[in-house]
Amino acid sequence: MNIFFEALLLLWRDNMKSLILSTTIKILLPMMLLFSFFLLMRGHNLPGGGFTGGLVASAGFALYAIALGIKSTRQIMRIKPDTLLYSGLLITGFSGLMAVFSGKPFMTGLWLANEIPGFQKIGTPVLFDVGVYLVVLGMVTKIIFSLMEED
Amino acid sequence: MIEFLIILPVIIPFFTGAILIATMKSREISRTISLASAFLLLVSSLVLFAVVWISGIKVLYVGSWKAPFGISFIADVFSVSMLIMTAVMLITVTIYSFSSIDSGREKYGFWVFLQFMIMGVCGSFLTGDIFNLFVWFEVMLMSSFVLIALGNEKFQLEGAIKYVTINVISSVLFLSAVGILYGMTGSLNMADLAGKIKLVGNNYLINIAALFFLTSFGIKAAIFPLFFWLPASYPTPPIPVTAIFSALLTKVGVFALIRVFTLVFTTDVSFTHGIILALAGLTMVTGVFGAAAQFEFRRILAFHIVSQIGYLLLGLGLFTLNGLSATVFFFFHIMLAKTNLFFISGIVNRIYGTYDLNKLGGIYKNHPFISIMFMISAGSLAGIPPLPGFWAKLFVIKAAFESHYYFLGAVAIIVSILTLYSMLKIWNEAFWKKNEYHFTKQEKLTHRFGWYAPVVVISVLMLLLSVFPEHIYLVAQKASEQIINSAEYIKIVIGK
Repeated sequence: MNIFFEALLLLWRDNMKSLILSTTIKILLPMMLLFSFFLLMRGHNLPGGGFTGGLVASAGFALYAIALGIKSTRQIMRIKPDTLLYSGLLITGFSGLMAVFSGKPFMTGLWLANEIPGFQKIGTPVLFDVGVYLVVLGMVTKIIFSLMEED
Repeated sequence: MIEFLIILPVIIPFFTGAILIATMKSREISRTISLASAFLLLVSSLVLFAVVWISGIKVLYVGSWKAPFGISFIADVFSVSMLIMTAVMLITVTIYSFSSIDSGREKYGFWVFLQFMIMGVCGSFLTGDIFNLFVWFEVMLMSSFVLIALGNEKFQLEGAIKYVTINVISSVLFLSAVGILYGMTGSLNMADLAGKIKLVGNNYLINIAALFFLTSFGIKAAIFPLFFWLPASYPTPPIPVTAIFSALLTKVGVFALIRVFTLVFTTDVSFTHGIILALAGLTMVTGVFGAAAQFEFRRILAFHIVSQIGYLLLGLGLFTLNGLSATVFFFFHIMLAKTNLFFISGIVNRIYGTYDLNKLGGIYKNHPFISIMFMISAGSLAGIPPLPGFWAKLFVIKAAFESHYYFLGAVAIIVSILTLYSMLKIWNEAFWKKNEYHFTKQEKLTHRFGWYAPVVVISVLMLLLSVFPEHIYLVAQKASEQIINSAEYIKIVIGK
């Protein structure tokens, strides 16, 4: 009986590898990452932000993992989820501390005087968002990878 | 720049936690960083205490957004003395974990989540914004969920499920209460709420919100009808986790009750504080009776957490200067005594391989030193003079008599005697009785420093507290003056 079920599982797994998905994801992933970057950069003024951006990016990697397996996903991600996680946390912390270094209360927003063309004004809240983005990306990919590796 | 000190107790565990994720694989580095950060936390809270003691309540407007709009962090004597206690507890638990936590738990983030839990605790002590308080509670709870379930043992998961379920319910109630309050007043800053709630006029609605808060914090603090989760879940994780939980988590619940019921809900004192008084009495009694029925070391201690919470509530319910100073003093005593007792139960279990009082025996003969350490904490919990527990209970009972609550004062005395019974039960069964059960294994302690140092440090602190109670009471009195004179607190926070 057991062997029978295992064979069934293998069959099901092989059929899950859809050619359509694995072809599209190679185009879809860069687009999703670009969109997540777009969300991240407008977050401090308009709807969007680090959290949603991070979710979109990790959704891209999750799709990639479903289509082409975890091993190749880890390869294209290059950075480990753990690394993303703690560097994100550190960046969020430092974005708050930067105000303290210039003698203002913790987490006070510091902004560049001039607008950078193509973006809105850039300041420490953007840095905070970048940190959140990395934490969310790290966390979600870590959860998805560990769940997928388990079975 | 002095304002920066206020945020430090939150920042230090935050950065430590982040760094610890990077060093999770290396045991030695993780341990060193954890201990160093615990000492750093102690130093920063001591400096903050000195500042607050000399120049009064200090406020930090995070992000430079002024009081009713942004989140403000407020350091008064009460919150900062709690921070100092938190740091002391963290140091002892960290050292104790060196020898008692297994390497599996260490590898899967014990140190990381310990730091994040401390961040949540410190944040809850410092924040002056009620929604922000909710967020810190969540930070604290998320980490504590992981700590309680880490290790994946069967009975541990059973305890963890109860713990998570009840705390989620509590959080939902908390959030609804914040919603009601925000709907009535349009504000979330506690100092601002205190003024605006008097303008609402609809006492029923305010009282409903008050009861929501009471239920929600009551679950966290394990008060009378809502305490059942605590004895079910606290004894399941390893001892360092149980110790830090008992030292901090329920106490944060009581702290939040004190903040909310001395600052915001003071419009209908006879109703709200009357309920708190009744609950205080019931909590004391049920906790101590629950303990009397138990025959397992950790379970007895867990029920005594519940019973002692009753004393803390009693001082709050009285809502007088002396009552609140007694409560603050009680905090110092109970955090030390409880943690120490859990530590000792861990050592006993390590040597004899059981927590069951029936099987234990003869510890006094074999390990007189640890028995004396136990006697100091147990005697303090029962209120034997001159140990700090005696002073703490004396202050509480005196305050109750002063406010003419003779019955509650009498209940507190009787509960104290029953606590003595329960402590003597442990003493007789585990330490005094002849060892009839022949141990096949009676392990020798390795890493003795890690096991004994925290116990000795806490015992010494307790002895200091029993020799110089008047100095500590001075701190408690100043803290309670600041709590009672909420007008000054409001003035400083709002800045008018």
